[in-house]
Amino acid sequence: MQETFSAVADIIAETCNIDREKIRPESHTINDLGIDSLDFLDVTFAIDKRFGIKMPIEKWMQEINEGKVSVDDYFILNNLCARIDELRGAKPA
Amino acid sequence: MRLEYFHLIDRVDAVDREAGTLRASAQVPTHSTIFEGHFPGYPILPGVLLIESMAQAGGNLILVLEDFARMPFLAQVEQAKLRRFVEPGTQLTVSASLVHLGSGYAVTRGRVESASGTVAEAEIRFRTLPFPSEETRQLMFDHARRLGLQPPMRA
Repeated sequence: MQETFSAVADIIAETCNIDREKIRPESHTINDLGIDSLDFLDVTFAIDKRFGIKMPIEKWMQEINEGKVSVDDYFILNNLCARIDELRGAKPA
Repeated sequence: MRLEYFHLIDRVDAVDREAGTLRASAQVPTHSTIFEGHFPGYPILPGVLLIESMAQAGGNLILVLEDFARMPFLAQVEQAKLRRFVEPGTQLTVSASLVHLGSGYAVTRGRVESASGTVAEAEIRFRTLPFPSEETRQLMFDHARRLGLQPPMRA
């Protein structure tokens, strides 16, 4: 998890020009870091490439819109990194 | 090219779903009011139209790869290089190759070539969204057919 957070924080800092020190596990990508949808597209692409995964953002958004989960479940960095680790773990060997 | 309709590619010559590539032809018209302004007495195709041609090639590639289930919209252009001037009447080949098909977005690499060599290249990023209406989807089918693609049959 720590390794994933470190990689994701580096990606966000570089892609969105945000001070790396301000990016913390409890940071909310939208409310705290102010990442807009176009920058989030960049972040998603960089994460997909870095970990060889396809983050199911559309499915996540649908779950949020349907009230099945809260925005925080996916967009607080700790939670996002946990989802990334799940996706990494689910990859075929 | 039908510049007045913003149709920047004329025909899709090859699509390889497995490889994620598309190749298209584009004939720059000999006359267009665009050339009267760009530039007076020195007509060359505006670079933004070369970028758009790569976006249209990439967009059609994504339509095929997504089975016309989602509509691509240009979101971002990265690492664009415009290497040569393109004069009226030039025959161009516009190609696109898939870099990544993500969830709600896609990334392609575009290239434009003429008989003189590479004219332009760029990485093009798209958002992919559901079609705004079934009518739009059907109209996109029709346009794809005119380009030589074979979209799913009309419902």
